[in-house]
Amino acid sequence: MPEIQIDDYFKHYPDELGHFGPYGGRFVGETLMGAIYELEEAYKQYKNDPVFQAEMDKDLADFVGRPSPIYHADNWTRKLGGAQIYLKREDLNHTGAHKVNNTIGQALLAKRMGKTRIIAETGAGQHGVATATVAARLGMECVVYMGAEDVARQAQNVYRMKLLGAEVVPVQSGSKTLKDALNEALRDWVTNVDDTFYIIGTVAGPHPYPAMVRDFQSVIGREARQQMLNTTGKLPDALVACIGGGSNAIGLFYPFIEDKSVAMIGVEGAGHGLQTGQHSAPLSAGTPGVLHGNRTYLIQDTAGQITETHSISAGLDYPGVGPEHAWLKDIGRAQYVTVTDTEALEAFHELTRTEGIIPALETSHALAYASKLAPTMSADQSILINVSGRGDKDMHTVAAMAGLNF
Amino acid sequence: MSRIKECFKNLQADGQTALIPYVTAGDPEPWVTVPLLHALVEAGADIIELGVPFSDPMSDGPVIQKACERALKNDVTLNSILDMVKQFREKNTETPIVLMGYANPLEAMGYENFARKAKAVGVDGVLTVDMPPEESEEFLQLMNSHDIDTIFLVAPTTSAERMQKIAQHAKGFIYYVSIKGVTGAAALEINEVTAKLEEIRKYTSLPLGVGFGIRDGKSAAAVAQVADAVVVGSTLVRCIEEHANRPQDLPAAVASLLAEMRHAINARDLASVSA
Repeated sequence: MPEIQIDDYFKHYPDELGHFGPYGGRFVGETLMGAIYELEEAYKQYKNDPVFQAEMDKDLADFVGRPSPIYHADNWTRKLGGAQIYLKREDLNHTGAHKVNNTIGQALLAKRMGKTRIIAETGAGQHGVATATVAARLGMECVVYMGAEDVARQAQNVYRMKLLGAEVVPVQSGSKTLKDALNEALRDWVTNVDDTFYIIGTVAGPHPYPAMVRDFQSVIGREARQQMLNTTGKLPDALVACIGGGSNAIGLFYPFIEDKSVAMIGVEGAGHGLQTGQHSAPLSAGTPGVLHGNRTYLIQDTAGQITETHSISAGLDYPGVGPEHAWLKDIGRAQYVTVTDTEALEAFHELTRTEGIIPALETSHALAYASKLAPTMSADQSILINVSGRGDKDMHTVAAMAGLNF
Repeated sequence: MSRIKECFKNLQADGQTALIPYVTAGDPEPWVTVPLLHALVEAGADIIELGVPFSDPMSDGPVIQKACERALKNDVTLNSILDMVKQFREKNTETPIVLMGYANPLEAMGYENFARKAKAVGVDGVLTVDMPPEESEEFLQLMNSHDIDTIFLVAPTTSAERMQKIAQHAKGFIYYVSIKGVTGAAALEINEVTAKLEEIRKYTSLPLGVGFGIRDGKSAAAVAQVADAVVVGSTLVRCIEEHANRPQDLPAAVASLLAEMRHAINARDLASVSA
């Protein structure tokens, strides 16, 4: 691939039609095309509007608690014996994860577009909670679609959403998980396209969602880049983040893309192991195809049917991935690796005991990979890990692994 | 002349409206599909839309979603569907067949490979629900070079500008989605449909089909008054679902439902000719 793509990356991706190389685009039914163009127009208009930006910045500061700090994980660094480890603390955000950076942005956009009803899909429930939170604050009607399996697994988040005034609709079709929730949210949107705004939770969906969600999440990387320069006087040598749809990873990576000295590593869920077929790692073990409005790497069979995925963390349990990650993989700018359920669970306990930080199981995948990487690097190098969320929501899952039931 | 074009030409000469049933290939069992297609033609189908099942049919309501699930349980693939068309063509070389589905199974086969195989077995057109003209350049080129008609949807939300663009790329006929929603969701509003069809006719001379909200003879006849083709899907698929446990009775049951619609449309066509 020609070098120019990286030197000039910010100017080129996505193109006018929302393509990142062969990936991305707008693959939706005709009924939604009007709404997608309307959204793109509104986003273009407000993206550079100082009044909109100021309102968002104020919310991110006063409501979410930004900037989130970077934390030098001193104990863990010593224990691993290699690169210095820094954690970007998105787990300290209001609602407990990076998801709210995006829902604040999209909800403010929805309000400006005159939409009165918000819909969202959710897997583990973090994006659903973050959406219900902003809808409550803005006084908008909110409906969250969630796979029936996930509703059963994440009872606490379901209750949080209900407390916040959202209606949670269990989705019974297909595999009854995140991908089916997305299908159902798209069906709702087709039906109520006039008054409804669909807040997609990750960098997937038709253009402009992958670019828009990336821009809203890029606050993570912008802050972190400056914080690393202030703290260490230089850029980190490697960034590590977990990848489900890929919004926390792209949020961290994006501002560093043209800094070629910085390695970018996305960590997918290997589940029970790639060789078992029970995983959620489309970039590492999938093939390109079209799903949910964009072309990207997918977990699918040879006939183009989407197959079931598995991960210990519901937030990674998705057969696709944001199209920009697909492109970053193909041009070699980012590297994508995998970590199994077991390795992630070990890292979960390790960070909790060593640093007093209980991470989300999604995040634990990034931690597990970093713990392998750090010892191969020298003490004057540094790794920045995105702690995308806190582990409170995972108490049930982790306890069950230890044979406990609340 | 393409089979679809010829079909509409003949119908228009007789003052008739085309009736286009939709069924999902391989639902509820693969062996049912070919006899079912013959029974549909027998009952008055002019063109057949054969659904290619997809694991994530995001534009479809629960009825067609379940049909996809039933078909996929039997490992129906695009390849096996092309075999069904081939079998159908052994006895029927006249009725046009349009494959309707989502982009991913076509991507998996490869557009060129698909175009070549589809043409060889006698597929006449393809309607890819989630592939708007913006994303179709390569696809259109390959379908055109293999003489497969590319059918596009127009929706109540489609702007005049987009209608023009769609009209440039569409071949065979244009399919107007009569409601904002998924397949089988609601009843259509005939006045709105009429107005929209008039608007579309400003940009195209292709025949216009209407679907997504037609449930019975009455709504079929009302649409026949203003459209060139009536598409019926979820109503037939619901009948298939009801007969899933006795598939041997299914072709006759679905055919008799379609025959009612044919009858209602013919009565209306006749009335408008004599009026």
